Amino acid sequence: MPASARRLPTGGIIDRSKSIGFRFNGKSYSGFAGDTLASALIANGVSLTARSFKYHRPRGIVGAGHEEPGSLVELVGDEQSANQPITTVRLRDGLDARSVNCWPSPHFDLMGINQLFSRFIPAAFYYKTFMWPNWHLFEPHIRRAAGLASAPDALLHQGLYETRHGHCDILVVGAGPAGLTAALAAARAGARVMLVDDQMQAGGSLSGLAENLDGRHALQWVDDVVAELDALANVVRLRSATAWAYREHNLIMVTERAPDEDHVFQRTWRVRARQVIIATGAIERAMVFADNDRPGIMMASAAQIYVNRYAVAPGQRAVVFTNNNSAYRVAAEMKAAGIEVAAIIDSRTDIDDAARSLAAGIEICQGQVVSRSEGRRRVKAAVIRSAAGGSERRIACDLLVMSGGWNPAVHLFSQSRGSLRYDTGIEAFVPDRAVQACLCAGSASGLFTLSGAIEDGAEKARLALRACGLDSPNAKLPTTVSELPYTIEALWHVEQDNPAAKSFVDIQNDVTLNDVHLAMREGFGAVEHVKRYTTAGMGIDQGKTGNINVIGAIANRAGQDLQDIGTTTFRSPYVPIEFGAIGGQREGPVVLPYRHTPITDWHRQAGAEMYEAGARWRRPGYYPLKGESFQQTVDRESLAVREGVGVYDGAPLGKFEIKGPDAGKFLDLLYTNVFSTLKTGMGRYGLMLTDDGIILDDGVSFKLGDNHFLMSTSTGHADEVNRHMEHVLQIERPQWQVMITTVTTQWANATVCGPKARQLVEKLCTDIDLSAEAFPFMAMREGTVAGIAARICRVSFTGELSFEINVAARHFAKLWDKIMEAGGPMGIVPVGSEANHVLRVEKGFLSLGHEADGTTDAYDLGMGWIMSKKKPDYIGKRSVEIRRAKDRPRRELVGLLIDDPARLVTEGAPVTPEGRRQASEGLVTACVHSVALKRSVALALLEDGRARIGQKAHIRMKDDVVSAEITAPCFYDPDGERLRS
Amino acid sequence: MLLLTCPFCGPRDESEFAHGGYARKQRPDNPQMMSDDAWVDYLTVPDNPMGPVREKWWHVRGCGTYFTVERDTRTHDITDEGESHAS
Repeated sequence: MPASARRLPTGGIIDRSKSIGFRFNGKSYSGFAGDTLASALIANGVSLTARSFKYHRPRGIVGAGHEEPGSLVELVGDEQSANQPITTVRLRDGLDARSVNCWPSPHFDLMGINQLFSRFIPAAFYYKTFMWPNWHLFEPHIRRAAGLASAPDALLHQGLYETRHGHCDILVVGAGPAGLTAALAAARAGARVMLVDDQMQAGGSLSGLAENLDGRHALQWVDDVVAELDALANVVRLRSATAWAYREHNLIMVTERAPDEDHVFQRTWRVRARQVIIATGAIERAMVFADNDRPGIMMASAAQIYVNRYAVAPGQRAVVFTNNNSAYRVAAEMKAAGIEVAAIIDSRTDIDDAARSLAAGIEICQGQVVSRSEGRRRVKAAVIRSAAGGSERRIACDLLVMSGGWNPAVHLFSQSRGSLRYDTGIEAFVPDRAVQACLCAGSASGLFTLSGAIEDGAEKARLALRACGLDSPNAKLPTTVSELPYTIEALWHVEQDNPAAKSFVDIQNDVTLNDVHLAMREGFGAVEHVKRYTTAGMGIDQGKTGNINVIGAIANRAGQDLQDIGTTTFRSPYVPIEFGAIGGQREGPVVLPYRHTPITDWHRQAGAEMYEAGARWRRPGYYPLKGESFQQTVDRESLAVREGVGVYDGAPLGKFEIKGPDAGKFLDLLYTNVFSTLKTGMGRYGLMLTDDGIILDDGVSFKLGDNHFLMSTSTGHADEVNRHMEHVLQIERPQWQVMITTVTTQWANATVCGPKARQLVEKLCTDIDLSAEAFPFMAMREGTVAGIAARICRVSFTGELSFEINVAARHFAKLWDKIMEAGGPMGIVPVGSEANHVLRVEKGFLSLGHEADGTTDAYDLGMGWIMSKKKPDYIGKRSVEIRRAKDRPRRELVGLLIDDPARLVTEGAPVTPEGRRQASEGLVTACVHSVALKRSVALALLEDGRARIGQKAHIRMKDDVVSAEITAPCFYDPDGERLRS
Repeated sequence: MLLLTCPFCGPRDESEFAHGGYARKQRPDNPQMMSDDAWVDYLTVPDNPMGPVREKWWHVRGCGTYFTVERDTRTHDITDEGESHAS
């Protein structure tokens, strides 16, 4: 057939001056600007566009929008994208698409053989058959045979995904006649309005209708309304934007598929609206009869849209099959467009005169049904008979359009938890009671005439405005021409003459009427069960044209009303949404950004391997010199601290200033030991518990002055400690006068440590007496270091003499340089977190997450002294007491000297009795090569460990059992003389 | 995403807040005087109703206020916007 053979000579809202070339399944075609892939293929006479999911039957174009159940395509090239309904792909230059589900092509599909065996593949066949030995063995092969398109394997090139928040008084979803009327009324009243519509052009159903408003073409009215809205500052109008989820508290998710900005590929809006007007229209329902899936069988409304909007003829000789009035107009418009309409098959017993006169000149077969179709790759004939059965008549056709009535698009309303009611007048579920602040307008509320939709749009706008406290101005509504009233007699399916026939209720998932009946016979009779057993309604189209027929089939078979059967749950998203559109810019390093100290660049230039040191802080792990192994580096850095001087970047340490008359009392409640008795300028190590008795944090707090403390916390727990403190202050002790200020990033510190530390600091600081007598361990002094105002703390996490020099973060790089410069002659070494770990293990200092793991308490760690006996109460006290009153063996912190001094064991390795394969009696919490002892040492939590010092423990490794001597958990300077020096 | 009304900042998206746990009685001043059972009950047995529940929220990405609201667990309806604890 020559290109564009099916294009009508006039009409349509396409731009005939712009020809667009595209490829489909490897062949080149052309269409016009304004076409979809579907309309362009129809114009080119392509009717076989897909193979079905399970049986690989030939399929064509069924719908004209998101409801399309028949044909899915994947896009190839730069815009690679999977499983797009063929009807929603806009034609653009260079578009390259191919059908899914068929290999090698829809005309010659090797999998089509499934059809021959289809009587062996009933509903739930795969689940029943491939149970032994394991479904997962078969799954990949079945998925390949059945599967839809594959996910894109490359990143997008067209632009970014973006996220925006929107706020408005009234959100109108849908720019059809009801939505436009409502949006205009709301905008004129001065409300902040958002109008979103999933088409590029506003108009909704008007785009597919040859309709008049105010005596001119309806689209001119649409243009006027849109022009007025676009000129108003209080209106945001989004095109090509689908509202796909209605969440709690009137949050609506909207994804814009073609934003104006070139660099944005898709933009997702989270719109919080005071009132929502749902004007999403209605969706036509398919007819269920034998072989109702052949290419050339199409929704009546789709045929109408192809004729009116795209000016293409989907066939040359049509048969119309309907149970309601709406298809009569389609028949008349097809006829006017030059398509021969052979007959209207109307299943109803009663047809009104208005309908008959609209279809003047077309044969009307009253009380008749299409019992089956004929043809192979395209429908060739409709076979009709009386609804009650009887003799058949064959009517040749290449187009069979069907209308099973209309369903209001209640998806968003139902997602908002609004209830539905079955309306027997229109034989459809309609919105009933709203739960959130939303209103349905137009055909979305079950009003299927144009005048009804417009009046309803105006009325719902008035109600929404009133709820926002605004008056609605009086406005004249556009006048419509007289319309056919909507009447219907339900027909959920045509009885099959051949029991083995295939009457599809879900074309996309290849679910037939027989599958529904099978599910009911096997005990899955509830509508949600039928859905899961048969997969009806689970496709990309979510059963938009077919679900109601499943409900009808259940009702027929069970002898119940549809109201009692109910619907399956309408879930978001309403249409498929790409993960990228949901994620927006939250990808890569932006998901959880790293925190950096002021001298990250220095560390990198010094060759440091950067680690994450808790709470997303980047910190140097170790600074390897050329040719050094990991262990050599760590040994060198550790030795420098033990024998000379080292410095490490302590900037990430959590820091809080705590002020107020009740600050001391507050710390006494937070920590297990007493802080209120501290003298100004002195600090104390504290242990912080939760009220469950679990160790939350440890750290040193200094008293800076009356009612003024500086608390430090471990790096990884600063945020959690902040939450805990605010909770205690605001919830438990709101009457206490305490203010907490986070100063973690205000103060950065360089910790100079090692026997030569004092000698180094003396070179930089002359206004503080640094002697051990004047400035003892656990004291804090304020002065200047290298000319910078500083707070110096004598704390030690390494066991050596240490000065923690805190300066304002903006001066930190300068301080660091001065320290390195002054320390150069002494052989100063920058120290990473690996060496820090070695030094603290040698000392047996606690590390949260290693030794304190949520089960241990202070007594287990040999720190019973820190649990104050004097204080009547502190957070965690009661729970620890209750737990310790139970006479169960406790795991206690011990040291392990591994018998083989060169052997290191994995942190976390279990300790079992005699190394036997049985329940563990403890675990290794840390194991390092000690530079002080020149051998491996470990810390462990071991049942009744302290009583077993001197005995042997056995660590189970993957390949062997490692024996070790149990010792006290401190391998170096147990009396602390060096850190006090 | 809920819409929560911070007593200080007004209505804000849930993403600005952190859940602060179920609201329970204020921590007793002298837990030592309580029986083990009473303490464990206070600490570990929250109401878990299908319906309105009182819970704390922390405006962590905002002003830092903790406040209590009553939320219906079936519908997410905020049935009582509550107020700040801090005076």
